[in-house]
Amino acid sequence: MYQEAHNVVRLSEVTKTFRMGNNIVEALKGVDLTVKTGEYLSIMGPSGSGKSTLFNMIGALDKPSSGRVFIDEVDVAQLDAYELAWLRCRKIGYIFQTFNLIQVMTAMENVTLPMVFAGMTRDEYTEKGMELLRLVGLAERYQHKPSELSGGQQQRVAIARSLANDPAIVLADEPTGNLDLATGEEIIYLLKQLSSERGVTIISATHDIKMLNVSDRVIWIRDGRIDRIEDRDKLKISVGEVA
Amino acid sequence: MGKSVERQVVLPWQQVVRISFNSIRSRFFRSLITTLTLTLAVAFVAFTWSSYEILDSVWPHASSSLQESIISSGYELTDEGFGGSPKDIWLAILSLLVCVVGIINAQLMAVTERFREIGTIKCLGALNSFVVRIFLLEAVYQGLIGGISGSLLGILVATVSLIVKFGLTIVWSWPFLGMLFTMAWASGLAVLLSLIGVTYPALVAARMQPAVALRAEE
Repeated sequence: MYQEAHNVVRLSEVTKTFRMGNNIVEALKGVDLTVKTGEYLSIMGPSGSGKSTLFNMIGALDKPSSGRVFIDEVDVAQLDAYELAWLRCRKIGYIFQTFNLIQVMTAMENVTLPMVFAGMTRDEYTEKGMELLRLVGLAERYQHKPSELSGGQQQRVAIARSLANDPAIVLADEPTGNLDLATGEEIIYLLKQLSSERGVTIISATHDIKMLNVSDRVIWIRDGRIDRIEDRDKLKISVGEVA
Repeated sequence: MGKSVERQVVLPWQQVVRISFNSIRSRFFRSLITTLTLTLAVAFVAFTWSSYEILDSVWPHASSSLQESIISSGYELTDEGFGGSPKDIWLAILSLLVCVVGIINAQLMAVTERFREIGTIKCLGALNSFVVRIFLLEAVYQGLIGGISGSLLGILVATVSLIVKFGLTIVWSWPFLGMLFTMAWASGLAVLLSLIGVTYPALVAARMQPAVALRAEE
């Protein structure tokens, strides 16, 4: 299915400075970025390079100090609280390194919480919740709480949750950070599968090399600036000299 | 951007009830501390109020020797019956103040522990008001549990201690309706205190930016 590719995310000269006591930390020093629909994009860089800050900007979790962030060509800074909430509920799905599941809720309740906010009825969201859990292979564990699930299983629940309202973008911040090698690979493979089957744009901030194989484009970030952008074909050649 | 029906995020009250109830149930022992603060404070208030209620209802039927022993035990009889003297009123107010401060502290700690959770909920599209609603309802549950258990405890202790001091005549004039009234009042008070205690922390938590809330340690 060929969709006219447009820019689902666009950053224009985005900077972010943090004030820590008397120190000023420039986490982002002017970032321009466009992401096309359906892409699988990885943002790679060492710790402290501004990866997570960039992630927060794209996901409208924090405001830039200067510059503009456009999601579907809408300036995020112009949105009020209701519209921001709507954006996070319907347009963007989030996956975190620490899973961030609600500990007191079961897997099913975690997956269906965004659907509740979107106004679905109990029957609707129960059915859709089960469908999503089946998709990630956790249908039998729907009654289990996060404490009763392994790390990999928790991340799968988080992935199912991120797809709750059929978002256009899924943002993953170090999705394999807290997982062992084998489980990490499973999660990366699952994300790629979902990306190709559902046409959802996936943007992941990571320093996991395994992510390179599945990405359409890789953005290397260093010291608050974009170092270089590589397409998948170029990647295969230069993988030997990962910076 | 218009505000058509599709563009709303909602949290129906039925869901608030379900979420906050499960929250309390799962965190039972953790929320027991806050509830215990309420229980004890309400028990003290209920104890003093119900003592006065009982004495008020016993007094008219009491023999003069009983009346003497009541007065000599230190209970002051004023125009409005027992419990109207400035000393008694001060005691009640003080106990409530201590209770409120204790609750605010306990709720502040409880909310701080859940910053991560709140940040997550906001990432899923919750409005600030959803977070506040959930905390308010949890506070109501805690208030009811603390209030009812506290007033039962206070009334029981008051009745038993008066029986021990003045004998079984207490039982004959035990004011059933008065006790029910005391229990309702005390429970209502507990809910009010609980709500006062949780409002400020809940507002602070709800207003945090998700990125900041998610950075919090758990």
